[in-house]
Amino acid sequence: MKPSTLRHPARSLLHAIFSTHHRNVGFGYLAISFIAVAIGTLLSLAMRLHLTWPAWHFPLHGLILPEEYLALVTMHGTLMLFFVLTVAPQSGFGNLILPSQIGSRRMSFPRLNALSMWLTALALAVLLAAFFVPGGAPMGGWTSLPPLSATPLAGPGEGLGMDLWLASIAIFCIASTISATNTLTTIVKLRCNGMRWERLPLTVWGWFTAALLSVIAFSVLLAAILLLFSDRHLHTGFFLPSNDLINGVLLQHRGDGSPLLWLHLFWFFGHPEVYIAILPGMGLTSMVLANFSRRRIPGYRLMILTTLLIGFLGILVWGHHMFVAGLNPFAGTAFSISTMAIAIPSFAKVVSWLTTVWGSHRTPSSAAATSRFPTPMLFALGFVSFFIAGGVSGPILAQPILDEYLHSTFFVVAHFHLIMSMAGLFGIFCAIYYWAPLLIHRTLSEPLGKLHFWGTLIGAYSTFLPMHFTGLAGEPRHYAQLNGLAGPGMTLLQSTMPLQRHITIGAIGLALAQLPFLLNLILTLLRPAQPFDNPWNATTLEWAPGSLNLHPSNQSPVVHRGPCQYTASGENFLTQWSELTPSQPKPE
Amino acid sequence: MQASSIPPTHGFWNLPVNAARHGHVLDAQLLLNLWIALALLALAHLILFIGLARRKRSRTPSLLLVEYLPIAAFTILLAALATHSERLWATQRFTGADLSAMQVEVTGMQFVWYFRYPGTDAAFGTTRLALASAANANPLGIDPTDPHGRDDIVTSQLVLPANREVDLTLHAQDVIHGFSVPQLRLKQDATPGTTTHIHFTPETPGDYAILCTQVCGLGHYRMQAILRVLPPAAFDAWLHTQENLHAQENLQAQTASTTEAQP
Repeated sequence: MKPSTLRHPARSLLHAIFSTHHRNVGFGYLAISFIAVAIGTLLSLAMRLHLTWPAWHFPLHGLILPEEYLALVTMHGTLMLFFVLTVAPQSGFGNLILPSQIGSRRMSFPRLNALSMWLTALALAVLLAAFFVPGGAPMGGWTSLPPLSATPLAGPGEGLGMDLWLASIAIFCIASTISATNTLTTIVKLRCNGMRWERLPLTVWGWFTAALLSVIAFSVLLAAILLLFSDRHLHTGFFLPSNDLINGVLLQHRGDGSPLLWLHLFWFFGHPEVYIAILPGMGLTSMVLANFSRRRIPGYRLMILTTLLIGFLGILVWGHHMFVAGLNPFAGTAFSISTMAIAIPSFAKVVSWLTTVWGSHRTPSSAAATSRFPTPMLFALGFVSFFIAGGVSGPILAQPILDEYLHSTFFVVAHFHLIMSMAGLFGIFCAIYYWAPLLIHRTLSEPLGKLHFWGTLIGAYSTFLPMHFTGLAGEPRHYAQLNGLAGPGMTLLQSTMPLQRHITIGAIGLALAQLPFLLNLILTLLRPAQPFDNPWNATTLEWAPGSLNLHPSNQSPVVHRGPCQYTASGENFLTQWSELTPSQPKPE
Repeated sequence: MQASSIPPTHGFWNLPVNAARHGHVLDAQLLLNLWIALALLALAHLILFIGLARRKRSRTPSLLLVEYLPIAAFTILLAALATHSERLWATQRFTGADLSAMQVEVTGMQFVWYFRYPGTDAAFGTTRLALASAANANPLGIDPTDPHGRDDIVTSQLVLPANREVDLTLHAQDVIHGFSVPQLRLKQDATPGTTTHIHFTPETPGDYAILCTQVCGLGHYRMQAILRVLPPAAFDAWLHTQENLHAQENLQAQTASTTEAQP
């Protein structure tokens, strides 16, 4: 069928799908994340239900076998970490908002941009295909440690399922590297007149630092995956000892490698990866807190510096995942100190957030007549809360002597779900509610938004706080069953069952709390689009009139000052684009 | 040993009872850290709520007061915690076990743990993976031509004397396993192709859980074993019984092979 014979809506849909416009690419990324988060959530609920009621027969499936449980763990982690927490904040909003925030009408490489989005979609399809091949999805967790991941002999899922996982992540690495290169080039080359580095909003600094980390981390992961693929199919031994007896079969390799090499390469990627997931959210939180507090960000340059410092230190700490893996104990001390050091710039961020909102009360007659606690502000405050709650256990896990007890227990699961997943999720929701007028030309409903916020906050805390205590009791990760066997181990694990039930109910609540959000989205999209004019009274460039659809013939915007220029009373503000000459009265 | 009526964990932080000598300082450091974390969490949220609830708009304060001084204070706190913590780590890990420590070898494989005692000659025999076979009653592949291996005792339960230092040598045959004993505050991975060591002194007699803490395949959750800590006299009796049993088995095997050799 020739395109011209298509009816108009179909043609515009096709046009949108295959467009190289950064907005369409950005929406494509968000669609990928939406599919991934929906599936990832269902997988986690299945895990929780099985762990709490192991004899329960799932409708259409039956009992969950141990290998199926581990496949759920692997796919949940992979989907959430790669396709949700990396894709949505960095690639999704990095395309939808970044160009207009720096006054550019496009990304640097539109075709590469579209290509990387389509590669990410392909990676998701390849990953999900692992569920449907003989043996199912791999069971080694998202870290895929060899030799478990190096041979089909190691168990179900380690055959074709593992190959698909490797292929998917390899494609994802390529896509992320392209996307990050594009982001970096765009920020360096396409800033509009007057957008000096120190005038960049902190969100842009977040995207910039995360893109730098992406280029460094994903290229190393890609190399590691190629080596592991070679170990699996070309009889090399990068990650395998010369003799390995698996499942009664003696595997002999020409080389004498070590699984520890994989751990080094994987975590050299894996730790920066968690900062890639969280840095854009940290930037957005700073901006949104300042916007609704009508308050300048205390120490703006310090916040830029801490963003870069967190990124830089993030590359130097991978060994803290390996304290008990056979790492030299001296190296353990070094990695411990570099890890504790990250707490300092993170602490500086928290202090800046607390100072921004401290005493931010405004008289109701205020000219900037936005409410003080609209939904985006609530989600930014939630981000702060989770960042602190997950952050305080960071320095504990950074101490090798304590990690010796806590490593690979649910204490770690609680830690990273709070600081990375929940803070990351709240960053994404903050972005959706805050930028909705720019994205869908409508504001989302406030009552439904508030219901969504409180439900998610309570659900998340009731799910992840108790995990600290099952972890402190000694519950290891990746256990498909916590009761039903004999021995002192089971006595210990079984004692956590009341908490397990609590966690499962919390997780169900957390999932149900997303229904108001979906309803909100649907109801809002059914309403006609509203014209809007900077509804949050924001100071950054994406809210300038016409900034979304800068036509090539339009004049490029000119930036006159940094963001967040409010008067002390919070009554007045200057946007980055408003033309006030120095002779005119400036806010203090 | 441990009465089943005793709850396996105790206190607000839900820790299992500690049974190792190094566990006391580890627990003290852990509890100190947990209370500090809880205090910081509460303090930060208190500041957040008070700041949001204040009815008066406050001025933007000086950076020195709200940023640099708190950062300095926090850095000092972190440095103090880290210094103490690294000392504990150094004490435990920077040097190996005492030469008088008891030697036991731990081998992980999907999904069991095996423990090997060196026997009366105090030396482990060499192992070869090609010989390893649970069906032939030689799961570790002890080489029969090596005389050191003949008196090696292999068990599926780790039995240790109380109050004597132990040096565990960790191996894995197939994939990475995690050797962990929560009640002894111990964890160290057993990695194929690599030998790792961990040394410690069990204190309280009792039965403790050995759990695998590195996902190793479909049976990961059932890769559990028992660590039985015995009073020294009871341990000596146990070891003698094992040695005698093993000697008898060897004798029977020898007689069997000689009878086979003379038809």
